[in-house]
Amino acid sequence: MTRVAVIGAAYTKFDEHWEKSLRDLSTEAGALALRDAKIEGSDIQALYIGNMSAGSFTGQEHLAALAVDEAGLTPIPATRCEAACASGALAFRNAYIAILSGEYDIVVAAGAEKMTDLKGTDAIATLMGAGDQEWESSIGLTFVGLYALLARAHMHRFGTTSEQLAMVSVNNHKNATLNELAQFPAEVTVEQVLKSPLIADPLRLLDCSPITDGAAALVLVSEEVARRFENPVWILGCGQASDALALDNRKSLVEMNATKVAARQAYGQAGLEPKDIDIAEVHDCFSINEILAVEDLGFCEKGKGGKFVEEGKIARDGEKPINTTGGLKAIGHPVGATGIRQIADLVMQLRGNYGKLQINGVKRGLALNIGGSGATAITTILGKEPKPTTY
Amino acid sequence: MTYKSSVPLYWRLRKSKYNLIGTKCANCNSVFFPPRALCPNCRRRGKTENFRFSGKGKILTYTIIRAPPEGFERDAPYGVAIVRLDEGTNVTAQIVGDINKMEIGKRVSMVFRKIHEDGEDGLIRYGFKFQLIE
Repeated sequence: MTRVAVIGAAYTKFDEHWEKSLRDLSTEAGALALRDAKIEGSDIQALYIGNMSAGSFTGQEHLAALAVDEAGLTPIPATRCEAACASGALAFRNAYIAILSGEYDIVVAAGAEKMTDLKGTDAIATLMGAGDQEWESSIGLTFVGLYALLARAHMHRFGTTSEQLAMVSVNNHKNATLNELAQFPAEVTVEQVLKSPLIADPLRLLDCSPITDGAAALVLVSEEVARRFENPVWILGCGQASDALALDNRKSLVEMNATKVAARQAYGQAGLEPKDIDIAEVHDCFSINEILAVEDLGFCEKGKGGKFVEEGKIARDGEKPINTTGGLKAIGHPVGATGIRQIADLVMQLRGNYGKLQINGVKRGLALNIGGSGATAITTILGKEPKPTTY
Repeated sequence: MTYKSSVPLYWRLRKSKYNLIGTKCANCNSVFFPPRALCPNCRRRGKTENFRFSGKGKILTYTIIRAPPEGFERDAPYGVAIVRLDEGTNVTAQIVGDINKMEIGKRVSMVFRKIHEDGEDGLIRYGFKFQLIE
């Protein structure tokens, strides 16, 4: 079986792009990724694009065809992938599998979301489509409400504190000050987070990622093609798992089983353990989710995630730097684009020339993209060197 | 672009929404809420039949919604909890009464209430909430 590498990676500025539409953003990200890869549009054999809800956000369905049309890439096949906030990584994983299958050698995996064409309350209602419409949304539960239920359970069981939750936001905002593509590249303090308005107790405004417009794109190639390029970054593993859509049907409210299963698959494929991972991009849509992630990915024991954050282990100069470029919290969270953006940031870190964002000595990175309140999890491990061949 | 729900969307769920009727698998005795057509444990060997829950249980986790979605503004701030039903499955519902007294482990019982108005000319939906048992 071939090995697969990423040779191009880019994302647009994440922002409220009042002057740009979904088609503008997806074309911009694609063009940047192709330029980064130093390939031509005519080299691309297929496109996978992650997008949660263009139909609700902008009225536009059939996004994949629109994306290849705008990019001047017709008639190549184009597929839209949807798994709520994990749509980006889903597009990536399907592009990866398409190359593994032998069908293609050069594929673009992209993600895009245009969220500010709706007024805020309608955008928030659209996001709740990631939960269970008949049994969660219908009783007045919101998306932040779902994560608030998880946060309360974790605090009760393990003594996790609001200060520890706040420190997730503080870390990610601090990292974003180095990232010129971030929506909110400004530092916040623990006090500011704790004084921000409660949205769904115990989560406050500054525990929440924002509403954002943006797009990201990657160029994936087979090993044969990758050998012709400088500095390819290799896919060492990519796992995906599912859980009950509604929170109340989960076996546990203090862990995400889909994350654990997807991580186990990715570690297994890569032949690696949590300690072998140098940096990680995790899905901090709400602060509690970063704490769940560091536990469920095996970076620390279950229940110790709050302490792991408090001890500064997630800092850029810590033992396990997490969300080194700002995370969803501060870069912004255009839902369909996020999973691709996370992998793009890892690719740039692994190349070793990421300017002021560079963390030195990074050899292996992990990305965790989560859909809804944890019903989909996709875990990807990338490396500077390819996985040793066994044949 | 404002959508209004048609009557059947909620009407088809009325038994469960009004009377907390879920399902029980006659093969493995597991109970489910909301109702499931297929028992996930037994799959084709299973046999699901309607099962009415007593409506008694305890709070597993809770929150207070302060930024409500459209149609719930009048109720905010309101409590929402995941309730462990005595028969052995979970349900998510609003909590009525003094929401500042919500605690994990606290006993609750089901009550029938108005849930949501779909604007001036839309449907009014009724269903279950839970009240704290002092």
